[in-house]
Amino acid sequence: MAKTTPSRKTVLITGAAGSLAKRVIARLQGRYDVIAVDFRRKVETDAGIPSYLVELHKRGFEDIFAEHKIDAVIHIGRMFAHERDRLQRYNANVLGTKRLLDLARKYQVGQVIIHSTYMVYGASAYNPALIDEEAPLKASEVTQDLVDSVEVESLANIYLWKHPDLNITILRPCNVLGPGVRNTMSILLARPLVPVLVGFSPMMQFLHVEDMAEAMVLAFEKNQPGIYNVAPDDYVPYQQAVTECGCRKLPIPSIPPLLPRSISTALNWNAFFPPYMISYFKYPVILDGTVFSQTFGWKPKRNLNDIFSYYRKQKLAAKSAR
Amino acid sequence: MLSFGKLDLKEKALAHLVTPEIEHLVASIPKPVGSFGYDPWGYNEDQFKAALGAAKWLYDKYFRVTAHGLENIPRSGRVLIVGNHSGQLPMDGVLVGVAAATNPDGPRLARAMIERFFPTVPWLGNYLNALGGVIGDPVNCSKMLEMDEAIIVFPEGVRGSGKLYKQRYQLQRFGNGFMHLAMNHKTPIVPVGIVGCEETMPALVNLKPLARMLGLPYLPLVPSLLPLPARVYLNFGKPMQFSSCANEAEVTERVEQVKAELRLLIDQGLQERTSIYR
Repeated sequence: MAKTTPSRKTVLITGAAGSLAKRVIARLQGRYDVIAVDFRRKVETDAGIPSYLVELHKRGFEDIFAEHKIDAVIHIGRMFAHERDRLQRYNANVLGTKRLLDLARKYQVGQVIIHSTYMVYGASAYNPALIDEEAPLKASEVTQDLVDSVEVESLANIYLWKHPDLNITILRPCNVLGPGVRNTMSILLARPLVPVLVGFSPMMQFLHVEDMAEAMVLAFEKNQPGIYNVAPDDYVPYQQAVTECGCRKLPIPSIPPLLPRSISTALNWNAFFPPYMISYFKYPVILDGTVFSQTFGWKPKRNLNDIFSYYRKQKLAAKSAR
Repeated sequence: MLSFGKLDLKEKALAHLVTPEIEHLVASIPKPVGSFGYDPWGYNEDQFKAALGAAKWLYDKYFRVTAHGLENIPRSGRVLIVGNHSGQLPMDGVLVGVAAATNPDGPRLARAMIERFFPTVPWLGNYLNALGGVIGDPVNCSKMLEMDEAIIVFPEGVRGSGKLYKQRYQLQRFGNGFMHLAMNHKTPIVPVGIVGCEETMPALVNLKPLARMLGLPYLPLVPSLLPLPARVYLNFGKPMQFSSCANEAEVTERVEQVKAELRLLIDQGLQERTSIYR
């Protein structure tokens, strides 16, 4: 396999086919020995980067640990709600993470970075703004479809205090957008016509995927275990973000609260406006990202306009191509 | 063409509300916002300007407010503005907000705490946020004080605003929360005695069972659904500083000190007033 000089650390990255992981790999490449893992497909990598197609909760995953002396794991890979059904997602995300943490212990991995999400806090009318890391994770109260995200967090938390030698860092980013990003919000804002709830335009935070990649690399290199929100101190209402991205609004009746859910279910909007995320288009989840910024000396380099202009230009390009 | 006409009308209305004076005031308010003019709670400069324009008309022409002691509101830095609550509708909060925003001694954006059900109401929730209102969550207050904001607090809550006309100018029970915030965040309290708002909407009875059925905090029987044009007197007192203390009894004692100060300021307003509506 790839030659390893003793001074060079080996970093395993899950979800390697995703746009965030690719950018993290690009930043680590050359300075570290990188191993790419994904459950979706075998990632095409540059020479010297071993790439595996494996599901974390399946047996083949351990072989990677046995074969390479892994120093750190950056766990980005997550199965989205629109990718498979709930049980498969639970197995992949929760049991997969559990297995990853157990293997990290068994093979004495010195550091684990977990990529979580702001959604674990849950969107509720009673949310204060600038939510701290200590706030309760109310997502599972909002919907069963986010139970796996909350459970991944609680698992990681247990290992964080029980096994300090794993040096676990949990990152909870706000909405990450940018070229190649395939999360719900990015798929949504790439569309020309975007649903909005009538009379509701919650405040939101957005982060460029390059800045998030930078944050993950910093978290890995500075190694300050803990739980951190990752968000800029800039805010914009959802409906304005929709307009700024060059989308037209499709108003959806918001009352009674069940109605928008039913509309989403009936029209099968799972990939971009899923029923379980309706509350996030109604109520804000605004993070306080101060602790991360101060601990790691991080500041996003791209502002909201940089982020939105990508979606705007994409639509203009599509229009002129027609 | 139609939409063009509508836009034109909107712009005309805005030009009426957002006068150069308002522009100047809001520009001089020390309030940081993000790249689209919003803060974390959804406050928006442009919407605030328009609302301030309308509220200033109410302040000057309708309620003909007389304000004393505005110099007691610090020009910058965190502060809790604590007042007596009355008048069924939160007109008192609006008027104190206008007084702070148009303060010749240094305009401030004073943020009001809104009831928890507002965010669930379409448009209204977002709109109140845009004007600086936030739900009265202690986390919100702490964060805002740490960011050196000015907050208006009515520690009586609905007990004050929903009381009947016969109980006018009698302070109801105060919550202790504001005192804890003041002590924990080393924040001065500026008391404000508000006179006149009681007479804007005198309530004869409170239809409690009906209010409960509708999920409202109270439902008064009032002579007019619109606030009556009573003259309003605002008396701001000297900032009060409180160091932290050991137990809840001591906190209550400090709350009593604020109440005593408020009673003096209310009396001042009542003595100053020569007629209620004229």
